[in-house]
Amino acid sequence: MTIETFVFYILAFLAVGSAFMVILHRNPVTSALYLVFHFFVLGGLYLTLHAQFIAVIQILVYAGAIMVLFLFVIMLLNLRDERSLREAITWKKTLAAALSAGLLVELIYIVGFSAGEPKLISPAKAIEVGTTEYIGKQLFTRFLFPFEVTSVLLLAAIVGAVLLAKRKLD
Amino acid sequence: MDLNAYLILSAVTFVIGVTGVLTRRNAIIVFMSIELMLNSVNLTLVAFSAYLGDATGQMLVFFVMTLAAAEAAVGLAIIIALFRNKQTVNLDEVNILKW
Repeated sequence: MTIETFVFYILAFLAVGSAFMVILHRNPVTSALYLVFHFFVLGGLYLTLHAQFIAVIQILVYAGAIMVLFLFVIMLLNLRDERSLREAITWKKTLAAALSAGLLVELIYIVGFSAGEPKLISPAKAIEVGTTEYIGKQLFTRFLFPFEVTSVLLLAAIVGAVLLAKRKLD
Repeated sequence: MDLNAYLILSAVTFVIGVTGVLTRRNAIIVFMSIELMLNSVNLTLVAFSAYLGDATGQMLVFFVMTLAAAEAAVGLAIIIALFRNKQTVNLDEVNILKW
């Protein structure tokens, strides 16, 4: 077992475990902290794929910005009766879990029947593709228009968030 | 590592997110499960990008991340508005549109 395989299995185990804790834990703050941990582990997985730029912005944007927003809202809502919010196991939830298990079987079936098992083409090429330099060049040449459209999307999101969270509509 | 290991890991985390959306009734946890699903798809995109030696997948991850940021801002604002009106984030009690 090479060191890469070992690191992958450790990170995969941590990712699945923390993802389970996100949906199983009763307390939303604890769930959010497990989700932060999950995002850090995903950053590590991106590093095993030589995607350095994506790994860094994963930690900056997801673990840094988005999860702080989540925690902020959880604190703001002051969910004092959260523990009494009954989440009993009903037949509907059992059915939902069974359907999810079916989905998992389908997805693994699809992956198993995909053509062959492609190996990493060449690590040197993968490392070149993942650098900030390469991503930046692509972003400002081939993907310039989507990049500019993104700014409009973010502006719309800012306006929408302010409008929705305002106390009353005048 | 071969590509299939990454794809199966991503399938597993995606299904965990689906299970969270279907079974939990706390709006914030449902929202976090959606983030889990977005991230599992990101992992698939980065894995394919690395194995094909093409940056397009990583570009798509970049745009998914900006979309997730916008979605989180708007979604959490909706949850705040919901809590202000109904004093709860339990989705079973939000049934005004139910016929």
